[in-house]
Amino acid sequence: MSVFTLPQAEKEEVLLTELSALTEHHRRNSEPYARILAASGFEKADSVAELPWLPVRLFKSLELKSIPDDEVFKVLTSSGTTGEVSRIYLDKHAAAEQTRRLGATVQTVLGPKRLPMLLVDTKAMLKDRKSFSARGAGVLGMSTFGRDHVWALDNDGVVDLDAIRGFLDKHGDAPFLIFGFTFLVWLHLYEVARDNGLDLSNGILIHSGGWKKLIDQAVSPDEFRARLAGVGLTNVHNYYGMVEQIGTVFLEGPSGGSLYCPDFADVIVRDPITWRELPPGETGLLEVISTLPTSYPGHVLLTEDLGVVHGVDDGDWPGKRFSVLGRLPRAEARGCSDTYREAA
Amino acid sequence: MSTLQQLREAFRTALDLPADAPVDDLQYQDNEKWDSLAHMSLIAALEDEFGVMIDTDDVINLSSFQEAIKILGKYGVDISE
Repeated sequence: MSVFTLPQAEKEEVLLTELSALTEHHRRNSEPYARILAASGFEKADSVAELPWLPVRLFKSLELKSIPDDEVFKVLTSSGTTGEVSRIYLDKHAAAEQTRRLGATVQTVLGPKRLPMLLVDTKAMLKDRKSFSARGAGVLGMSTFGRDHVWALDNDGVVDLDAIRGFLDKHGDAPFLIFGFTFLVWLHLYEVARDNGLDLSNGILIHSGGWKKLIDQAVSPDEFRARLAGVGLTNVHNYYGMVEQIGTVFLEGPSGGSLYCPDFADVIVRDPITWRELPPGETGLLEVISTLPTSYPGHVLLTEDLGVVHGVDDGDWPGKRFSVLGRLPRAEARGCSDTYREAA
Repeated sequence: MSTLQQLREAFRTALDLPADAPVDDLQYQDNEKWDSLAHMSLIAALEDEFGVMIDTDDVINLSSFQEAIKILGKYGVDISE
């Protein structure tokens, strides 16, 4: 079973229908969203690129939801670097659906069985079970896909070499799952494996969390992949996702270097000045599209991340393949959402 | 102990509920003890107790006590008095 099946033209046809309906649904059920649409003059989209997008930071300043208060089942928050918090409202249906779709996406590379799982993080992060950090929520969400979980770091965040060795002794000779944030994987797994001769060749690594800290250390995504291969870790999948589109992850394909969009999602790269859609090869702002946000109008979002589409229907899986290249400098990003604040 | 009693015990232990707590009508996340962290303990407890390996889709779909009975049935575990 895969959720990476639709060629681009076919996907856009499906998405245009579903997302146009979602746009109407949110217009009817979220007053602030209806006001934004009215101010933008939007009537109808003839292509996915014409669908009206919201800047992702709008979820920090407006209460955007399309469900009555008494149907709010879960409120997800993400704190940005400035301390502003996005609030994402889920009803029961949306909460269950996001877990299912994330499950289906990840099973594309893991298969239907839960694998023994090495978490490159510390259990201490989950101590306050009422309020997890975004990192904690990510780890917890992913642990559904594993079994016999072992934490690679102790409660102080120090590498627990005995725990890692114990895990590999028990599970290292059959496929196992490794999950962690990119920078932690580099510092606390790759370097430890290299220095201690650990065999990770049966591991399937799923990692996320941005490249900034690694690029500061002059480690590019290609270098990351090459060096991990040096300790036997060749099944490596980076992913990109955000709380504002919870359940949707863009997953790196088996040959590396590109992220792919599941059948229910897509990306568009826009010129940050003209908002025009940019062709493959040109860098711009990433817009992320997903049919999952039914309880809040997050189905078409302009992120503050720079990205580039590498190609369409020409990679491991059908559809667009792309990379995320980092953040747009803050000042420029603020400019674009101010436009929307006025509109709202 | 019947398998139904075993299942009730496993729920109470994993969800940290009192020994006499009624569990037959429990729904995921309706009871505040059954959150996503407890869910993983519950799955591990069911696997240990009944000697099965539950697939990812079933972990996701196991959203109530009654659903647990159905899912365990798929793995050949008959839950009864």
